Order: sequence, then C-alpha cells, then structure tokens
Amino acid sequence: MSKALIDLIRQKFPADVLESHSQRGDDTVVVYAPRWKDIARFLRDDPRADMSMLTDLTAVDFPDRTPRFEVVVHLYSLSKGHRLRLKARVGDAAGTNAEIDTVCDLWASANWAERECWDMFGVRFKGHPDLRRILLYPEFEGHPLRRDYPADRIQPLVPYLDVPNTQKLPPFGPDEGMPFGRQTFQQGPSTDDDDVN
Amino acid sequence: MGALKEGSPDILTSGAGEGFVTTQFNSLLAWAQKYSLFMYPFVTACCGMEFMSVSSPRYDFSRFGSEAPRFSPRQSDLLWVVGTIVQRQAPVLRRIYEQLAEPKWVLAFGTCASCGGFYDNYATVAGIDKIIPCDIYVPGCPPRPEAVLDGLMLLQDKIQRGDRRPAIVKPRADPAQDQSLGLVQLRRSGSSRTPV
Repeated sequence: MSKALIDLIRQKFPADVLESHSQRGDDTVVVYAPRWKDIARFLRDDPRADMSMLTDLTAVDFPDRTPRFEVVVHLYSLSKGHRLRLKARVGDAAGTNAEIDTVCDLWASANWAERECWDMFGVRFKGHPDLRRILLYPEFEGHPLRRDYPADRIQPLVPYLDVPNTQKLPPFGPDEGMPFGRQTFQQGPSTDDDDVN
Repeated sequence: MGALKEGSPDILTSGAGEGFVTTQFNSLLAWAQKYSLFMYPFVTACCGMEFMSVSSPRYDFSRFGSEAPRFSPRQSDLLWVVGTIVQRQAPVLRRIYEQLAEPKWVLAFGTCASCGGFYDNYATVAGIDKIIPCDIYVPGCPPRPEAVLDGLMLLQDKIQRGDRRPAIVKPRADPAQDQSLGLVQLRRSGSSRTPV
C-alpha cells in the first residue's frame, strides 16, 4: 500500500536500513540503532511522511539473537493516515548494555512508554529526562518481561513508603503521583530540526 | 470449621415472667457485633462489580446488618478485600488493616484476594493472608452473590461463637451431583431431552 514510505527511508538513509518488509500492508523498517533517532526525526518532520503521532513504543526480547532486544515504535500520520513500524536492535546476550536514544523529545507520548520499556525490559534510553520505573516499585530487582526472568520468582514485600516533608499523600513520594490541579509539561520545540529538511 | 453451622447456639433464655431475658454478656456482645458490621470495601479489581451487585437491592446484604460502608478504616471493623492485590499495594493494605477499629475481621472476596488466582506472576501477591490475617475466604471468579452472603453469614456465625479460625465458603452442592438439576440423569440416559 504505502510502500512509498519504505522507499522514502531507503532513499534518504540508504546505509541505515537493515531490512524492511510490508506484509499485508504493515510497513516495517529495521534500522541501524545509533541512527534511529535521526530517522525518527526525519519521519516526523518530512512533509511526505508527517508522522505526527507515536502510537506505541515497546520492546521484544529474543534471547537467542545477538542484538537481543528489538525496540519497536509504531508511528501514525494524522494527516496522511498511514502507519509505519520502526524497529532497532540493541543489547548483548546478557542484556546489560541495551541502550538507545530517546525519542521523547520528538513525541512527548514516548516518555512514559520508554519508562515502561525500561521497567519491563531494562532497555536504557539515552537522554530521557526521567528514566525511572513506572509500573513497578524501586525495590524490584530485574526486569520481569525479559525471557530469562524466572516465572516463579516472588520478590520480597516492600515496606510502606512514607516520605516526610512532601505535599503528596502517602504512599506517593515527592516525585510520584498526581498533584492537585494541572501541571504543565516543560517541553519546548526541539531546536535542531533544520539539518534534516 | 468451614461449613455454615445449623444456627448459632441459643443465647437467650426466657425469664419466668414477662419483660426480661437472661443471657451471657459475651453472647450479647457478639450478637450486637455480628449484626452491626461496619464495612470498609478495599476494592481493587473486577470483583468490585460483583460487590456492587451484592450490596445493591437485588441481593442486599444490608439485610444482615452489614449495611453501612465507612470509607475510613478507623470507623469500620470489617475489611472487604475485593480484587487482586499487587506487591506494590501490599504495604497499603497492611496499613489499612492496622487502622481498622478493634475488634476487626477480614473477608477475602474472590479468588484473587484469597490466593492470587490465575495471576501467578511477578506482580501479584498470592493471597492477602501473606500480608494480613484473614477470617473468611470466598472463592469464585467472581463469587456468586449467594456465596458472598454465605461468607457473611459464616462470619456472623463465627463472631457469635467467638471462633477466630479462618474459614472458606464451600459450595452448597456439587452441581454435577445435584439430582434436582437433572445433569446426572441427562448424562446417564444420553438423551438430549430435559428430564422431568
């Protein structure tokens, strides 16, 4: 269908596209991980792609492959109506050095998705403003959606989190939970967009 | 233990004349306690829908003196744990239990609160009795309102008898063995017709 999108990326970044397919109209591009942010930025800003929305960001664990994790981003163009799945492979066999550039300064919706991806898979996002666990608690050891996390492991119960000198009600810490009223997410437009167009 | 007794022991003895009865103080206290349970619903998951059903007029457990929900644990003595408890919530539930007014009872509503249910994973606590003592277990996913009412009556029976051992609500009858349902005859006869 929109094979043109894959051709556009292949034309713009010929050395960075590892593979691509378009099975049943699902356009998928696997790109070179250190360059994936440039490609994502190009996809957001180029008028032919115009990927204005990040639908989802997650990871897949393939323990028998050498770049172990596949970070997957689903993009959608609200104006053009087309979708693209962007993948990048990171991490060694032990999964300790799984690291990739953040895209949450391109799409703000990637912020919590990257935190969840770090929480569940242990993929570190370079440049993320606040890379903490989002669903699990700080005392949790390991990353439970990794394939080598033992399925029957039960972690010890945590004590009650009572942080003094905070305006939040317990059990929330000073940087957790919603404060009363709305807060503005401090995020300006990124400044170095001109090098792509 | 475990099964609903045929009724509590007779606690009242009529006096010879009219206008007074004699009883034991503990029996009278227990009788008052079991019909004035102030509940604190700790509702975390889908069992909450069934809890709403059992507390609304069709099933109506206010018939059993357990009418008033108090959304502060300091004003209640029966903690309903309704739904899945995850590891991160465990200290919160513990704190809620510690804040309940004495004497206090805990009812585990549904399979997840009783034993973790099918959530055999990294996040879920396998039953609230890992955290707090539990008096009544009501299994079911979610439990039928009749099972919840059985659990409440079982708790009242235990309060009356002063029995603090944990108990589980058992099914009243095995549906496969219930002759009145006709399932057994249906299977034996091999007929698709409804037995009379």
